[in-house]
Amino acid sequence: MENTSFVRTEMLPETEPPRSTTGVLGWIRDNLFNGVLNSILTILSLAFIYYLLSMLLPWSISPTWGAKSLNECREILGATGREHGGACWGVINERWSQILYGFYPEELRWRPTLTFFLLFVAMIPILFNMISRRMNWLLLVLVLFGASFAVENSALMVVVKIVLGLSLAYLAYTVVKTDRDDRAEQIKEGAKRLPNPLYFTAIYVFLMPWLLWGGSIWSPVAAALGFLVGWLAFRLLAPIAGNLASLILAVIAAGVWWLLLIGPFTGLMNGLAPIGLIPVESRLFGGMLLSLTIGVVAIAASLPLGIVLALGRKSDLLIVKWLSVGFIEFIRGVPLITLLFVASMLLNIFMPPGTDFDIILRVIIMATLFASAYMAEVVRGGLAALPTGQYEAADALGLDYWKAQRLVIMPQALKISIPGIVSTFIGLFKDTTLVSIIGLLDPIGLSSTIRADLAWNGIVWELYGFIALLFFIFTFLMSRYSMYLERRLRTDHS
Amino acid sequence: MAQTQTDREIDRSHMHVSDQVAIEITDMNKWFGSFHVLRDINLTVYEGERIVICGPSGSGKSTLIRCINRLEEHQTGSIVVDGIELTSDLKNVDKVRSEVGMVFQHFNLFPHLTVLENLTLAPIWVRKVPRKEAEETAMHFLEKVKIPEQARKFPGQLSGGQQQRVAIARSLCMKPRIMLFDEPTSALDPEMIKEVLDTMIELAEEGMTMLCVTHEMGFAEKVANRVIFMDAGQIVEQNEPTEFFNNPQSERTKLFLSQIL
Ligand SMILES: Nc1ncnc2c1ncn2[C@@H]1O[C@H](COP(=O)(O)OP(=O)(O)OP(=O)(O)O)[C@@H](O)[C@H]1O
Ligand SMILES: [Mg+2]
Repeated sequence: MENTSFVRTEMLPETEPPRSTTGVLGWIRDNLFNGVLNSILTILSLAFIYYLLSMLLPWSISPTWGAKSLNECREILGATGREHGGACWGVINERWSQILYGFYPEELRWRPTLTFFLLFVAMIPILFNMISRRMNWLLLVLVLFGASFAVENSALMVVVKIVLGLSLAYLAYTVVKTDRDDRAEQIKEGAKRLPNPLYFTAIYVFLMPWLLWGGSIWSPVAAALGFLVGWLAFRLLAPIAGNLASLILAVIAAGVWWLLLIGPFTGLMNGLAPIGLIPVESRLFGGMLLSLTIGVVAIAASLPLGIVLALGRKSDLLIVKWLSVGFIEFIRGVPLITLLFVASMLLNIFMPPGTDFDIILRVIIMATLFASAYMAEVVRGGLAALPTGQYEAADALGLDYWKAQRLVIMPQALKISIPGIVSTFIGLFKDTTLVSIIGLLDPIGLSSTIRADLAWNGIVWELYGFIALLFFIFTFLMSRYSMYLERRLRTDHS
Repeated sequence: MAQTQTDREIDRSHMHVSDQVAIEITDMNKWFGSFHVLRDINLTVYEGERIVICGPSGSGKSTLIRCINRLEEHQTGSIVVDGIELTSDLKNVDKVRSEVGMVFQHFNLFPHLTVLENLTLAPIWVRKVPRKEAEETAMHFLEKVKIPEQARKFPGQLSGGQQQRVAIARSLCMKPRIMLFDEPTSALDPEMIKEVLDTMIELAEEGMTMLCVTHEMGFAEKVANRVIFMDAGQIVEQNEPTEFFNNPQSERTKLFLSQIL
């Protein structure tokens, strides 16, 4: 046998990787043509993509933006010698605002638009933790400043514009002048911080319905005051009655306010200071406005409800457990369309006669319940994936059930469930188009209305393509955000 | 069985066993379903004691010390920790748990929080300590376990030995009066075992009341004032370490010692 002992006397220097594995050529070879099968697949895919584009591009590049009817489109295309071979974009040009807003009164459309932009301002502090408070408030003032130009001019609006413009300029100046680190230094030395932007998020919850549906400003204020009443009741009673009892009493106090005292309060305040927006009825809502309203509210409500249901399903309290299981299994076992029919027709039968229970609100409730049942299962999956050691460590440190859930269990379980949660969100958002079945004019419902117009009878692809594009923008953003969030929450390596 | 000798002389100046009772377990029984896992356990632990519990796999060592902070419920008999009896009253349970620290075999750090946040979580939310003060305490204990430079990292970025020392520091941040260890070194490589044992020895030197389930007999010989041998859910023999190792009484103990030494 040969002698196998070996001692390295000189350490090897670091060298460049071989040329063929780097650069464009290396990448192409590694990713597209490594092996016979892969090469064949690459060539087939390229051929397929070419085929698709060769059909789509000539069709969609079509000079029909100004056409006023399908016939006019045909004439334009005929003049260029491609009678059936082109898209008729005139319908989008003429009806895009209807697809966005439905029959929402035109002169009031700045309200949903403002609501839409404010939605982003309200979501930013929840979605991203790296944006500074100043940036967030700057964004809010910017949106409000922009909106002030959409409102009819009056002496008051001029003042509002000037105030907003000045504060915008000031905020922008401070943002440009001091960078984040300097600002952090100043705050350490005791400079005043701007209020947490989450305050605006809380206000937005009440602002949104008011902007969309209009009416007296005192209704949302009164609704918000209900929470204040409950909170005050809790703070006052907690030292006397203990936590649980005062929580129950606080809920009762808020309930009394909402059910009994809201009417007199709004009546009184309307008498004193009749401030309000022109009311808009629910049946005028339509298009993306309708889909987004239902989708956003149901998404925001279904996550907390789903978490509660998932915890209920795992609870040791038998009644809570069976209620949760029953709810989840029932809702998941029934098609959403059935629930929507229940919302549109049956609920009226059960309601005391004369109650006016808004149809959009009813649909939102059904969509929320539907999504929360799925959400509960997604979250349960995340909970099941956590090792029991996490529960034990939290217990051993003396954290009680709710603190352990909030600080240790849920942050991890939700992080595991992000892909499932976002899928549920996306599914829910797309399911909002089902409301066309009960006569609400979501984009799909509107497209039928548009096609019923003689001028556009026969149009299909352009409308559905446009609607698909709108939905795709939102769902794609959601899916990108979830990938960003997963990356941000990774803690297993540097 | 690996015997990790710690090279250092043990400073015994603060190791006093007082006559104050820390834990009193009387006629305690526990079943898992119909399986009688702990049988007639009677054990009194005085303040300042360092007890090592050993015994074959499945003998109920983990279950016993998990009963002491009620990670497991016992069915008959009583367990009194620091004057508080463990019953189904959750208030008592949470109180005992905040007085008793526990270190697990698999560390059980919270992976979504940084090391510092792991250490400050319970003091802030259970003890209501202001954040700043909690962070100072946390840094103090991180220095004690010799990894202050890792405070801003996540547990997943540390070695096993470092994670276990963080776990010990996390328990210490609650200023516990009693520490429970359930095989704190058996998921670790030999060189890491030493760093964790050194930390535990320092703790013992400061007079902490400790109950350790461990197979580190070197640690037991040097640090423990009492060794308890369990088999089939019962306490079979207990004695001070030199007697226990050199002069075991029961046949089971002799067999067990012959297998691991
Ligand atoms: N949750 C449980 N349900 C049912 N049986 C259990 C449970 N936990 C432990 N046991 C059983 O109880 C017995 C004692 O378990 P325990 O974990 O206390 O043993 P141990 O002495 O710590 O053993 P090891 O040295 O392997 O850790 C074992 O037979 C085990 O199978
Ligand atoms: Mg064990």
